[in-house]
Amino acid sequence: MELWYTEKHTENAEFSIKVKKQLVSKKSEFQRIDIFESYDFGKVLVIDGYLMLTEKDEFIYHEMITHVPMAVNPEIKDVLVVGAGDGGTVRELTRYETIENIDMVEIDRLVVDLCREYIPQTSSKLDDDRVNIYYEDGLKFVREKENKYDLIIVDSTDPFGPGEDLFTKEFYGNCYKALKENGILVNQHESPYYPNDAVAMQRAHSKIKSIFPVALVYQAHIPTYPSGHWLFGFASKGLDPIADLKEEEWNSLGLKTKYYNTDLHKGCFAIPNYVKELLKNA
Amino acid sequence: MDQNRAPLYEALEKHRLDRVVHFDVPGHKGGRGNKELTQFLGERCLKVDVNSMKSLDNLNHPVSVIKEAQDLAAEAFGAKSCFFMVNGTTSAVQAMIMTACKAGDKIIMPRNVHRSAINALVICGAIPVYVNPGINKRLGIALGMSIADIEKAVRENPDAKAILVNNPTYYGICSDLKRIVEIAHKHNMLVLVDEAHGTHFYFGENLPISAMKAGADMAAVSVHKTGGSLTQSSILLCGENVNSDYVRQIISLTQTTSASYLLLASLDLARKNLSLNGIEIFRKTVELTEYARSEINKLGGYYAFSTEIIDNDAIYDFDITKLSINTRDIGLAGIEVYDILREEYGIQVEFGDLGNILAIVSAGDRAMEIERLVSALYEIKRIYSKDPTGMYVHNYIEPEVVYTPQEAFYSRKKALPIKESQEMISGEFVMAYPPGIPILAPGERITEEIVNYIHYAKEKGILLMGTEDMNVDNINVVEGE
Ligand SMILES: Cc1ncc(COP(=O)(O)O)c(C=O)c1O
Repeated sequence: MELWYTEKHTENAEFSIKVKKQLVSKKSEFQRIDIFESYDFGKVLVIDGYLMLTEKDEFIYHEMITHVPMAVNPEIKDVLVVGAGDGGTVRELTRYETIENIDMVEIDRLVVDLCREYIPQTSSKLDDDRVNIYYEDGLKFVREKENKYDLIIVDSTDPFGPGEDLFTKEFYGNCYKALKENGILVNQHESPYYPNDAVAMQRAHSKIKSIFPVALVYQAHIPTYPSGHWLFGFASKGLDPIADLKEEEWNSLGLKTKYYNTDLHKGCFAIPNYVKELLKNA
Repeated sequence: MDQNRAPLYEALEKHRLDRVVHFDVPGHKGGRGNKELTQFLGERCLKVDVNSMKSLDNLNHPVSVIKEAQDLAAEAFGAKSCFFMVNGTTSAVQAMIMTACKAGDKIIMPRNVHRSAINALVICGAIPVYVNPGINKRLGIALGMSIADIEKAVRENPDAKAILVNNPTYYGICSDLKRIVEIAHKHNMLVLVDEAHGTHFYFGENLPISAMKAGADMAAVSVHKTGGSLTQSSILLCGENVNSDYVRQIISLTQTTSASYLLLASLDLARKNLSLNGIEIFRKTVELTEYARSEINKLGGYYAFSTEIIDNDAIYDFDITKLSINTRDIGLAGIEVYDILREEYGIQVEFGDLGNILAIVSAGDRAMEIERLVSALYEIKRIYSKDPTGMYVHNYIEPEVVYTPQEAFYSRKKALPIKESQEMISGEFVMAYPPGIPILAPGERITEEIVNYIHYAKEKGILLMGTEDMNVDNINVVEGE
């Protein structure tokens, strides 16, 4: 018997992973959560049928969403992570001893509980002393914060479902005011490739651009995400991701990474022409 | 009666399954004749878009499934009888007035009625006796009617045939309906209630009293607004004192002979749902609204008002499902906040006037939508707020009535630029829509205050309508004055 997990990347294009064993399948108040063991990708987390992460390639996403802003401002002390129930983003952040506080807001407690139980690879640092987890709506949480964070990482799921309100102008605007003067916002930006994802990317970009003086986009290659070509938004109140890169300082920390390095940092903001075009028309 | 039944819906389902061959209208024949429309609305929908026939009864002469559905609705609403209406609550309001009044009869009403009520006066020639609603200066809104004013109007016009009451107003404000019914009945007047915004009073808990419960004679209920039926469907309720067969004749004067079964079935299913689940539906609505109100009031600069404004007179009660938000203190007109919400944040609220916005919350909302609204309001305050001095907020001007609406509307008229029309008598309506409450009705004097108000409202971006001139630059005034 063969058991396959399939994600539709479009109506007419699918991506399939052969399943070794289903580990858990539960429905929360917000969504359905599945975790299975695969042959080629280790454990796989799926929410409402959409692939969220695999143990094999999650390092790319989590390194890129964290080290890029950290290398621009190594002074970052107070961080807010929105979403990210799997814990991967927090794991990377905890590697910086200089970070003093990490607030994580996840609407769905069950995601965190199941990742703790089944995917320790990403969730292992959720119990770090500096980490505070809040189970509530991200939009509401940032609304109540002002001039508090050095970095906000929006590690959202998709622009539909329970994470929908994290792709709104009101959310990005609330983030702006929750950030300090040197604040940086990094946003999971979807993919530019398939048209539906590209529209979501354009919308997110144009909203962020209307609020932050600096709003750029960088890319990474994530094999298990639709098209493999993924974007992140880098927005700030003034810091430029390349001009302000603290290359030596970051390298002197001696952090061992599998994907990120400071050369790649400079290169990842160089994006293809068709993506430039999409951003221009966003 | 069994409120689990939905006779009209059941008859339509049976009709669909019977696969009847149609050589009658509508000509789209179950959608086959209009492919694009069918793809857009769905085959299920087009298949039940049929005309009246024996098995499906006839709205102008209901004897079987429409009658049964109406009887169930009457029971659910606590009415003696009721009528399903397919031209909005507008048609229900007009049927009430035309039932109670003929040409030359007087009817007592607050001036802040919906245009449909004054339209009815233009059509049937009844004469309005306006009771000035109370005004809340802080909020700039017109309220309910005070009992003292009603008593005075009744004393001065003992020959009036009826009193029309808003229950509640668009903003959620209720008059003392029970007392009004007592006064009216003592003087042989009917009580007609515009409950366009009050469907939920019949099904929720701890809400203001409904017209039927208060003993009113007729009520126009927009089930489509807060009851979950399709847009344009409505119900007219009748109490013991009215001859419902006469009401049916009045309705048939202006009602289509091709009533939409989509609308009718939606009323049948909405009634069933409200009967079975209404308490829970409106409990959830109140919970969401109360949460939104408390979060919005925490933002500062906004005032989402509630029961604290009750004064036991012109604000006898308040409908807590209404999320009315005063925007004066952030220096923006309600309509400006309305426009920014829509254009910048993709959020559509019900309306904005000079001082307030109104958001309709229902059981169909989720916590996420509420959070979005609250956060967007926060952003608007953060980014756009201004000094509020010099803001003009009130939206009610006491009228001077010179002619009846019908006389003025059908008089010889000439068009003048509005800014030159001061002191003339208007021959037509000017209103902001929504809420659709006339600023000027036919027969009223155009004062300087009104000219200024119209100018200011236009400048702020309020959608004005009612005049022959689509741009509302000119107004038809009564000639020979
Ligand atoms: C108080 C009032 N009465 C009557 C109506 C008319 O209802 P409909 O639009 O269903 O014709 C409205 C609609 O806005 C209203 O606000």
